[in-house]
Amino acid sequence: MSVDKFQTIESTAVPISIENVDTDQIIPARFLKATTREGFGENLFRDWRYEKSGELKSDFPLNNPKYSGTILVGGKNFGSGSSREHAAWAIHDYGFKVVVSNFFADIFKNNALNNGLLPVQVSDGFLVSIFNAIEADAGTLINVDLQKQEIRLLATGESENFQINPYKKECLLKGYDDIDYLLNIKKKIAQFEQSRT
Amino acid sequence: MAGKTLFDKIWDAHVVDEIKGGPSVLYIDKHLIHEVTSPQAFAGIDSRGISVFRPGQTVATPDHNVPTVDQHLPIKDELSRFQVNKLTENCEKHGVTIYGLNHPYQGIVHVIGPELGITQPGMTMVCGDSHTSTHGAFGSVAFGIGTSEVEMVLATQCILQPKPKKMRISVEGELSEGVTAKDVILYIIAKITASGGTGYFIEYAGSAIRNLSMEGRMTICNMSIESGARGGLIAPDQTTFDYVKGREFAPKGEAFDLAMEKWEELKSDDDAVFDMELVYDAADIEPMITYGTNPGMGAKIKDHIPAVEEMDLAAQESYKKSLAYMGFEPGSPIEGRKVDYVFVGSCTNGRIEDLREVVKFVKGRRKADQVIAWIVPGSKQVEKQANEEGITEALEASGFKLRQPGCSACLAMNDDKIPEGKLAVATSNRNFEGRQGPGSRTMLASPLAAAAAALTGRVTDPRNIK
Repeated sequence: MSVDKFQTIESTAVPISIENVDTDQIIPARFLKATTREGFGENLFRDWRYEKSGELKSDFPLNNPKYSGTILVGGKNFGSGSSREHAAWAIHDYGFKVVVSNFFADIFKNNALNNGLLPVQVSDGFLVSIFNAIEADAGTLINVDLQKQEIRLLATGESENFQINPYKKECLLKGYDDIDYLLNIKKKIAQFEQSRT
Repeated sequence: MAGKTLFDKIWDAHVVDEIKGGPSVLYIDKHLIHEVTSPQAFAGIDSRGISVFRPGQTVATPDHNVPTVDQHLPIKDELSRFQVNKLTENCEKHGVTIYGLNHPYQGIVHVIGPELGITQPGMTMVCGDSHTSTHGAFGSVAFGIGTSEVEMVLATQCILQPKPKKMRISVEGELSEGVTAKDVILYIIAKITASGGTGYFIEYAGSAIRNLSMEGRMTICNMSIESGARGGLIAPDQTTFDYVKGREFAPKGEAFDLAMEKWEELKSDDDAVFDMELVYDAADIEPMITYGTNPGMGAKIKDHIPAVEEMDLAAQESYKKSLAYMGFEPGSPIEGRKVDYVFVGSCTNGRIEDLREVVKFVKGRRKADQVIAWIVPGSKQVEKQANEEGITEALEASGFKLRQPGCSACLAMNDDKIPEGKLAVATSNRNFEGRQGPGSRTMLASPLAAAAAALTGRVTDPRNIK
């Protein structure tokens, strides 16, 4: 199952300037009963987004009409907690292609990369610049160029390079997935098993 | 050349291949699966038209989404029933061993792996659950993975993983009376924060760790992920070997002796270099509890909740939001708060030793009337043992009732939900907003502190109950 090829993204962004956004907030456990990968976007940030009555909480950024786009910007330690890949599915299913933070939890980062969702880790200072730029103008555009590993604020021209494992970069750009890679080396895996006995 | 860490030794022995500039192809000895994070992985291999590569190395049990009462009846909730049945279907189709809801081996994956002897030193183990780190207590490299990775393991018995950095945390000295393994790990996470371990694999060492039982070591390793670390491990020793010996799937007779010879070599070399080393004094550790909405927000029960000004400027907004959710005033004392619920259970503290501790503590006393207490054994075997040892009866005499095994109110996927606004003292591992049910408030603590709260109806330092 290949994933979509990752193209350069130029978009406005939705800011959630909260630290330690854990995967229980991204998708609460009670929504993990599905046996398919689709439809989790509906319950993304469920308890921050909706009142108990089902009404939208107007002060939550996802519900604020001035914010939109395919880039989600979060605070430090984004995606901590549970290993549920449903968190990455929910963010992607909602329509985001990139998540920006100054610090990601390890499992979330892997899960995101395995689903064509690009985690972009920026410096503390650059994260502040992004939040400030969005606050000044919610329509501000951010450019994420995976090939160049660069994130740029178009309004100010401020930019920063980000790290990504070269193998993962290639996978995202070409739409390859890890399982295809592993299936291709099954013979080698069997040989490894032999060598251990 | 510097020596190798225990982690390096196990990891390196399982590398099938290295991708240039990329992750390692890591071979997985044992794979545990449950109903919530595996259906999409099975669907993935089905859609590729392939079968499970090594079905004998995967073991399944439903735990996250099962009721903890009336397990002999069909599950009432339709989606839950479908999900649990799906696990059975997938396992039967692919020849994977499953311990279903009414099987004597069913239970929380991280409780049954060790008690059945599936977990052994030197192994690589994964599961689509972040608390897979529990198994590191046996000196194995065990960590949680996402569903795409579950699919990789089903398809090829391998995953692609970048190698983490190594940290060693040593706790030296003797733990005081009333201080448990749970207090040690809550203390460590409070020190290094909920993200301090990110990017690392932790080796726990030092005399205080070495003196812990296997159950205690599992509690420590279990919560490694709450510091952000992918996993934690402890070098195996005689305590480990004694625990493993004689268990259902442990090697037997001569095979055990041979295995033990290899296991005895599983330790970090004296000159091994860690990327980070931390040392704590066991004497400084006292009964702990969390007061906020991540496991790093912990303090000694006798202390106060920190004032806002004690936090970094950048973290103050999140800190205020967190305390507002809990309904706590910054700077106020922790002890004495009214408690509505007590939850004893989970892969962190749902083992027989935990129940023994609780029963020893509450025997001859009564649960406070206004507290609703859920005591949930980690597995059918724990439940059976509790019945045989008279624990169930003794708990009932004190006003408690034992439920049936499962993850239960740790993540509240089933009906075991703490109601909105209610305060729970829980022996589980996460105090996130809404973790135990929408609007629920959680304080994480040891089984002793949970028992103390159940008796007094207040947050209580267990040492104050004579």
